[in-house]
Amino acid sequence: MTSTPHISVQNLNVHIANQHILKNISINIPNKKVTSIIGPSGCGKTTLLKSFNRLLDNTPDVKITGKVLVDGEDIYDPNAEITHIRKKMGLLSQRPYPLPMSIYDNVAYGPRIHGSPKKAELDELVEAQLRATGLWQEVKDRLKAPASKLSIGQQQRLCLARGLAVEPEIILGDESTSALDPVSTHIIEDLFIELKEKYSIVLVTHILRQARRVSDYIIFVYMGRIIEFGPTEEVLLNPKQELTKEYVKGFIS
Amino acid sequence: MTKRKLEELFIKILMILATIVVVGSFFLIVGTIFSKGIPYMSWDMISKIPGGGFYIGKEGGVLNAIIGSLYIAGGATILGLLISIPVALFINMYMASKNFIANTFRLAFDVLFGIPSIVYGAFGFLIMVYFGLKASLLGGIIAVTLLVIPILVRTLDEVIQTVPGELRDAALSLGATRWETAKVVLRQIRPGIFTAILLSFGRGIGDVASVLFTAGFSDNIPTSLHEPAATLPLAIFFQLSSPVEEVQGRAYASALILTIVVLIITVLSEILIKKFSKHKI
Amino acid sequence: MLVFTLASVSLVLVIGIGLYYQSLPVLANSSWVHLLSSSIWKPMRGLFGFYPFIMGTLWVTGISIIIALPLCLLTSFYLSEYAHAKVKRVLIPFVNLLSGIPPVIFGVWGVLFIVPFIQTSIAPHFVDFSTGYSVLAGGIVLAVMIFPLLVSIVNQVLNTIPQELKDASLALGATRWETIKKVTIRKALPGIIAATVLSISRAFGETIAVLMVCGNNAVVPHSVFDTGYPLPALIANNYGDMMSIPLYGSALMFAALLLFIIILLFNLISRIILTRLERNLAG
Repeated sequence: MTSTPHISVQNLNVHIANQHILKNISINIPNKKVTSIIGPSGCGKTTLLKSFNRLLDNTPDVKITGKVLVDGEDIYDPNAEITHIRKKMGLLSQRPYPLPMSIYDNVAYGPRIHGSPKKAELDELVEAQLRATGLWQEVKDRLKAPASKLSIGQQQRLCLARGLAVEPEIILGDESTSALDPVSTHIIEDLFIELKEKYSIVLVTHILRQARRVSDYIIFVYMGRIIEFGPTEEVLLNPKQELTKEYVKGFIS
Repeated sequence: MTKRKLEELFIKILMILATIVVVGSFFLIVGTIFSKGIPYMSWDMISKIPGGGFYIGKEGGVLNAIIGSLYIAGGATILGLLISIPVALFINMYMASKNFIANTFRLAFDVLFGIPSIVYGAFGFLIMVYFGLKASLLGGIIAVTLLVIPILVRTLDEVIQTVPGELRDAALSLGATRWETAKVVLRQIRPGIFTAILLSFGRGIGDVASVLFTAGFSDNIPTSLHEPAATLPLAIFFQLSSPVEEVQGRAYASALILTIVVLIITVLSEILIKKFSKHKI
Repeated sequence: MLVFTLASVSLVLVIGIGLYYQSLPVLANSSWVHLLSSSIWKPMRGLFGFYPFIMGTLWVTGISIIIALPLCLLTSFYLSEYAHAKVKRVLIPFVNLLSGIPPVIFGVWGVLFIVPFIQTSIAPHFVDFSTGYSVLAGGIVLAVMIFPLLVSIVNQVLNTIPQELKDASLALGATRWETIKKVTIRKALPGIIAATVLSISRAFGETIAVLMVCGNNAVVPHSVFDTGYPLPALIANNYGDMMSIPLYGSALMFAALLLFIIILLFNLISRIILTRLERNLAG
């Protein structure tokens, strides 16, 4: 890796309800690349992802120690401004969660919270993000319709557009295509590949084929520890660790 | 601080204040009752009936009201159970638990649950008049029974629903009759039945409007179903505005007794409910 | 069993019909419209105008909702969105205990605490003289009585909103309050309305606590410091005279019928909203 890491995790330990979920994680997320976190269910992938935008804070009975540096600043510093940190990251969840409002208002939600944009600015912004996620043609005539009327694939793209509207630097995806049909999945995967020109992307996925298709780097997490980290082809086709070999076994053949 | 952060802080303070008011009102009420009632509490108070007439007599206690309330709440609970257990079983076992008719019945009971006790009191009064009864223990029991049936049915219904269908099916498949299966279910939900009894008893002992017309009032402990019966809530109500200090004192003491009894019942039922849901899944 | 069930369910109808039947005499005397809008209440002369009592009920219930709704919403938001689990575990039982307290005890508290409080601390700022017995007192006591109902239902409703939805808003950089304002409330609105309607219907029917602090004067209240005479209090206070004055009994039954119908409607509406909400969630 030659560029400075966008996110730098140092000695992160997470306990939830007295269970040690993440054990001494230290990793650097490369800048403007797609990094996928893979591993068996329940091993801490989503916990790690949520620690990046501090949504983990809301989990009941959680204890977090260590540092997570974004652009060189520790987001877990007690003086850190949480809403500011979260604005830098866009989150795409497993299932789309459109806000209970119109398509337009969904995308405009973030910008409206962080400032008072004029209507013309807002219109432009909404259109730009909807175009970026390939939704514009499909929804331009019904921007005021409730977002819940869209299909699941469209809703997920809407959530992506919504996340992009606050001009983040990093996009986090938590198994974001697992609820979608193959066509929508393909569209979102393509979008990730496009978007890495401007954003650093961290994806949690259990679909190895997707990880191979989309990502530049792979982190393999097992039982709360990082077992292996490296460029995609290496980790998937030529893993160094035994555990990794076991996990990707089916994929190689 | 930014405007947004200020707003968040302001609202948070408001929320905490509101919570303090809501939770604090409990302490305020209980505190007032205790502070007014304790000075008048004595062994006599709970073991004697009022001497010289409940409204102006200076002596004695409120035993009449205590026993009367126990009779009425107890009688109503027993009668209510006799009716509600079959009803709750019926809705859940003899019809598919969730079908439309069962849910309509449930809606009906929810509605009955929401009817204020004064309507039950008025209706109970109508029944008494129709049957030529006077204001008496029997009248009070009838009215309070009507009041508690929805409470019992609702609680029992919720509790029976927690019994997994497989248990019922298993019993049936072993050749048990529906009635025997019902017995199995009932044994399973015993703590739930106990909770229902507590809730109904608590409601029955503290309610005024239902016994106002129907139970009458008296200085004495009723010895037959046709005699009027004093009740704690009415004892409080009637004696509170008396000019005689000792009588007022009886009202405060009754309030204290009633509050303590009801608090114990509520706490017990909360514990039971929690214990019960621990067994759920 | 079937018989018992049918009998219990039909109780709703039986009560309604019974009350209606008993109200017929007074209805024969004056029309529905007249009964509901006249303010003249002279039972001895067979004149029954229920207007002051209806207004009394409305004033008391209105005041109680105005007080309780904001307090309970704020409390529910705090409990479900901000409070730590430990804090919740301590606070919520006390709210539940409040619901177990019998109405007559609320009445005693009202007489001992609220009425003097109004008389000495609040009223002097606004009016020349007040005994403290007023619709305000009734409203305050009622408000405290519906606290537990409102808080527990709204809390339940808020708990049904998926955390991921709130996370979606938070992830965009919104504060918790902004999330509540713009996302949570929108989703919870039907439930909040249902809870309010249910609480109103509970407040309508509450008899004894209000009776003890309201003053019980058959006049239409014009300010919160005026006395009032809500419908349930009317029935409760005068049952003794029911038998001796002709038509009085029927009139009181009519009052009970009015209460019954209004509460029935409110209950049905809110139950339907709540059931539909539940069904939506089950998917």
